[in-house]
Amino acid sequence: MRAKIPLAIGMALLLLMLVCAAVPSWFAPYDPLEFDFAALLAAPSPEHLFGTDQFGRDMLSRTIYSARIDLQIAVFAMGGPLLIGSLIGLLVGWYGGWADAVFGRLADVVVTFPFLVLVIAIVAILGPGLINMYIAVACVGWVVYARLMRGEVRVQKAADYVAAGRVLGYSTGRILFRHVLPNAVRPVLVYAVTDMALAILLGSSLGYLGLGAQPPEAEWGALIADGRNFFTTAPWVSLTPGVAIVLAGLGFSLAGDGLAALLDVKR
Amino acid sequence: MSALLSASNLTRRFPGNRGLLDMLARKPRPVVHALSDVSIDVSAGETLGIVGESGCGKSTLARCLVRLIEPDEGNISFDGADVGSLEGPARRKFNRAVQMVFQDPYASLNPRMTVGSTLAEALRVHEIVPAAEINARVASLLDLVQLPATAATRYPHEFSGGQRQRIGIARALAVEPRVIIADEPVSALDVSVQAQIVNLFMELQERLGLALVFITHDLRLVRHMTHRVAVMYLGRVVEIGPVEDIFTAPRHPYTRALISAVPQLTPGLLRGEPAVRGELPSPLSPPSGCAFHPRCPIALPQCAAERPALDARGGTWPVACLRADEA
Repeated sequence: MRAKIPLAIGMALLLLMLVCAAVPSWFAPYDPLEFDFAALLAAPSPEHLFGTDQFGRDMLSRTIYSARIDLQIAVFAMGGPLLIGSLIGLLVGWYGGWADAVFGRLADVVVTFPFLVLVIAIVAILGPGLINMYIAVACVGWVVYARLMRGEVRVQKAADYVAAGRVLGYSTGRILFRHVLPNAVRPVLVYAVTDMALAILLGSSLGYLGLGAQPPEAEWGALIADGRNFFTTAPWVSLTPGVAIVLAGLGFSLAGDGLAALLDVKR
Repeated sequence: MSALLSASNLTRRFPGNRGLLDMLARKPRPVVHALSDVSIDVSAGETLGIVGESGCGKSTLARCLVRLIEPDEGNISFDGADVGSLEGPARRKFNRAVQMVFQDPYASLNPRMTVGSTLAEALRVHEIVPAAEINARVASLLDLVQLPATAATRYPHEFSGGQRQRIGIARALAVEPRVIIADEPVSALDVSVQAQIVNLFMELQERLGLALVFITHDLRLVRHMTHRVAVMYLGRVVEIGPVEDIFTAPRHPYTRALISAVPQLTPGLLRGEPAVRGELPSPLSPPSGCAFHPRCPIALPQCAAERPALDARGGTWPVACLRADEA
């Protein structure tokens, strides 16, 4: 029961974001690119619930239309590291030995650098853009997943049901993917959901710096950056996408916590 | 009766850990002698009991017999053929024939698989029955271990320890083995449940003509259900023979100590002095000569120098004690 309420709130927020991303026209009162020169930097009002920017574009509509890019960032900036890291963690956790030692040192090197600095450095080398951002995040982010997975796999490897599988003559592939992986994947999945919140923040940070989504693709971080010049006079321009980021982050975090309780294995 | 599964001269050492100071002092890495020169065999329809204190190498022996652990020396043969070099399909054939039941029924079942899929997997991998008959076979396996057929759709956590051990037994039986190695299969269970599982083992063995290696530290179980017994001390077999003979006239002082330590319900049989002194020595540095001599009530000076071989010594079954013929 304890898990149900946060999970429900989290899932509701994520569902809202998903629908916004799928059919933004249902919610957005205006075309996000429609200029309204009669209402430049207009304060929130019944016509523009969250105000307008310097070209008179409706901030609510812009924020809703941006959800698609941010959701994409959440999925891809989490998915790459999740897949790569889990596979590496599964293999080094199972085989150990020199591969594990090499992995350990490599992981140490990667985590020595601050995450964002390393990502920015890689994006700077590859050039700005979403694809390059995903590559950069995958290069850095896999370490967390690999470590989580490795630790779990080592615990599961010692369990007798794995020994039973070997006594039954099961292949290593079968034991790894049918027995060890399902029992080791829970912390990784839970982290992945929370990681999507971090991914959105990261995408927003890079968008704010101009390294992430490139115009005309609108993205919440870029929207906040757009509003920074008017922050004292028209704070709603930055605050509206800011609130969207907070809600999305909250949604992923709550869903992650709820999922953790839901996946708790009974022994 | 010829041996179905036999192990000869098995030796297995595990490297221990040494601290940084020991490394700097260039001390050699300590070695745990889990098994030293152990030979046992078991025939179809026979139950071999293996007893000994914790840490005497019983579990290592069990795991060597199913090839979960490779012995450093010695070899294992099944049906007359050496199994140490088997790989691929031949090894799977061996796996199919020699199954294991584990001590901890809570850890030995995959918690994310239903009982039915756990059993079906074993059937499918070894192609025991055609795909269409798998469900029926799962039901009959559950029936064999006296669980309801509805158990198939449930997860391990829905069962008690004893029921889980039945599932573990069913999984081992799924591949129609000829030998079952049971590593302390009831020591994690309540006494009332122990009896049910032990009886199930005996019944199954009789019905299926299995060779059973039953590892335990409970001598009453050994006497109740085994034909022969091997007594282990610090990685070695010190006495091996027919269970009734050994229980009536144990020849090794350690066996005598174990038997006299079994709790009796008859008050008049309370003994005064303990038959064995002190604690089990560390297997990292086993005593010289006969490993039992520091605890032995009848040790002679030469026991510390000379290790007695496992020999008949004037009796009908082998025992490793210099004074066995005196008793």
